[in-house]
Amino acid sequence: MLGKTAGGLYWMFRYLERAENIARLIEAGFRIALTRSTDAEAEWRSVVTTSGMERAYGEQYDTFSAANVIDFLLRDTANPSSVLSITSNARDNARLVRTALTTEVWEAVNDSWMTLTTLLAEPVRETELPSILNTIRQQSAQVRGALHGTMLRNDIYDFSRIGTFIERADNTARIIDVKYYTLLPSTSFVGSSLDNVQWETVLRSVSAHRAFRWLDESEMTSSAIADFLILDKRLPRSLAFCTSQIVSNLRYVAEDYGNTYECNRKAEKLHSRLMNRDIESIFEEGLHEFIDAFIGDNNALGRQIEEDFRFNG
Amino acid sequence: MRARDNTIVLKHDHPMIKSMTADRFFDEMTGAGEDIRQPYAHYHQWFSQQDADRLDKKSREAEAFFRRSGITFNVYGQADAQERLIPFDLVPRILGSQEWARLARGIEQRVAAINAFIHDIYNRQEILRAGRVPVELIANNDAFLPQMIGFTPPGKVYTHIVGTDLVRTGEGEFYVLEDNARTPSGVSYMLENRETMLQMFPELFSKIKVKPVSDYPKNLRKSLAACAPLSAGTKPSIAVLTPGIYNSAYFEHSFLADQMGAELVEGHDLRVLDGHIAMRTTQGYKRVDVLYRRIDDNFLDPLTFNPESMLGVPGIMDVYRAGNITIANAPGAGIADDKAIYSYMPDIIEFYMGEKAILKNVETWRCGEPESLKYVLDNLADLVVKEVHGSGGYGMLVGPAATKAEREAFAEKLRARPGNYIAQPTLSLSTVPIFVDKGLAPRHVDLRPFVLVSPQGINIAPGGLTRVALTEGSLVVNSSQGGGTKDTWVLED
Repeated sequence: MLGKTAGGLYWMFRYLERAENIARLIEAGFRIALTRSTDAEAEWRSVVTTSGMERAYGEQYDTFSAANVIDFLLRDTANPSSVLSITSNARDNARLVRTALTTEVWEAVNDSWMTLTTLLAEPVRETELPSILNTIRQQSAQVRGALHGTMLRNDIYDFSRIGTFIERADNTARIIDVKYYTLLPSTSFVGSSLDNVQWETVLRSVSAHRAFRWLDESEMTSSAIADFLILDKRLPRSLAFCTSQIVSNLRYVAEDYGNTYECNRKAEKLHSRLMNRDIESIFEEGLHEFIDAFIGDNNALGRQIEEDFRFNG
Repeated sequence: MRARDNTIVLKHDHPMIKSMTADRFFDEMTGAGEDIRQPYAHYHQWFSQQDADRLDKKSREAEAFFRRSGITFNVYGQADAQERLIPFDLVPRILGSQEWARLARGIEQRVAAINAFIHDIYNRQEILRAGRVPVELIANNDAFLPQMIGFTPPGKVYTHIVGTDLVRTGEGEFYVLEDNARTPSGVSYMLENRETMLQMFPELFSKIKVKPVSDYPKNLRKSLAACAPLSAGTKPSIAVLTPGIYNSAYFEHSFLADQMGAELVEGHDLRVLDGHIAMRTTQGYKRVDVLYRRIDDNFLDPLTFNPESMLGVPGIMDVYRAGNITIANAPGAGIADDKAIYSYMPDIIEFYMGEKAILKNVETWRCGEPESLKYVLDNLADLVVKEVHGSGGYGMLVGPAATKAEREAFAEKLRARPGNYIAQPTLSLSTVPIFVDKGLAPRHVDLRPFVLVSPQGINIAPGGLTRVALTEGSLVVNSSQGGGTKDTWVLED
């Protein structure tokens, strides 16, 4: 496979994953804004921060109102991480790697682009927001379904999955990072309504609010939530789940190519930091420091993958 | 005339047909006004039993299909770079097996002559010495590449892929309008149009025996592989070189690479390595033996041609001249499809093939010749004037359709650079009906069959791309100027 093609696949799936995560972030923010109007401004601010686009946002707006944030994150083409920009990037990459994709995957991506560019052509009214966010999620599910259902399990599939999980790990880590203070085990706030709201936002941002109630029989505590998001191997958006997927997909590529790469070592190292640990030891290390280091190492892993497989030269 | 509400019945007293035949143009379905022409007989019978609303719905389905598949193109010079569809018309253009056989013979003869001509021009130049083609026409030609002198490409093939543009004016009257010997495009539409027809009207294809075109990608691969350098071994590696995803024909580039099972590369994926061309893969550099390039000569090698080019591969011409890569089509092949050379094609065919040209040339005035220039300026209202190096319907004047002011402005350009232009009479292009508003209406068409050349022979896909001017009366069929396409059928015997 061409290095460029591997890179195109990797980025295509990073972008698709990112679009879905942005939609999820907005959904969580919207929910909080509806139920707790007093916290709304702070909530929208943290949504923008999590998206990593606070500076670009600040260049355009002074306040964090629902309308501005939603417009900025969904359809502002000046924002490189808006759903509209990302969808177009994902499709450009899909065009670039068209020969590596099945017709089903290509058509799903193309359809997603056609649907979302039409849907986001005009500013989104609040009454339409839930259905638009729902469409974004559905489009994403369609691409994923086509990928799983029609693609050969070879290096093309592996690079697609690696892009997905590098992006997802980054997103989950950012959500934890922005809200890390609400996840610290400080007994004085336990049970307060502020914490409950914050925790719910965090869980909703990774679509895990319902799963958490089902899987975790213990009460909703900060450390149980942190444990769930960071270490739980059952949750498809936890850091541990993402890194284990990255490790195995990179291993398949290495086996396929009959070689071991620097990125294999880096991925295993990143994953091992999440294995056989409990959440208390992470709190002892410092949650913020731990997440910060994770984000940096995950990014470095991404760069190593680009280098090892010659995405750019 | 409708028998039931939505059923179309076409008889010869149908007002629409009457207006078609009263016209001075030859209609390929109704001919000169007698019965439906033989190749269309079965189709016409089927069509007249169709429900118009159903066809209307099918037509919209086809459009949705093209959009979903991403069969789109970008138009040069449009600021917002919107992707557009080439409109597809669901009425096929049908050729009988006999008329096709004659066309195919004529195309084969012409393409063989073109390859002999290019080889001669870059080697012994016998045709120039014989005085059959003027030396200046070659020496002053931008398409002539001195780098090709004394070099013979692998397999002695210059034009691996040719798209011969044909027009028709009567029952047996076919003219060659252009020989596209560089990087002819449109073959993906030939294939996708057929796919679309098969999906929309499967019953038609069980009723009417149409020669399949779906072998084209396989044949292209075979043909290119047969032209690989000797050092390539038994399984040569083939890649398609594209300028990238923003090129107007990118869909076709990726489509062909996909269908052939070849890599789709851009210039920055390639480099010269140990005297070969190699592409950067996830596992290091891998040799490429045949490069089907879809970029112009000028962009091929910044070390040899345009130094600003980011699209090509620095040093590829050295590898080429050392015989270690096949470039399709060969650099410098454009010398044969120049519009000024075109006027010499009947001589060129006779010179190399020892027989008269089977297909006619359109009468052509070379404006560089003073007498011709005078004639052209005097008769501008009746002529089509084209730039010698232009393509895609840009920079041309269609005399009868132009205003007086447009003609006068163009005359200025002509006088300033006469050698840059040729002129031809406006041909009475044949029409084929298109489906409009629940009925049929005649529109002008042309035809581009696709030809593959290898040392093993010349292979012509039975069919081609029929382009159709969608505006009533318009003679410009180019997709960049609002033209559409039709599926092109060649009937089995």
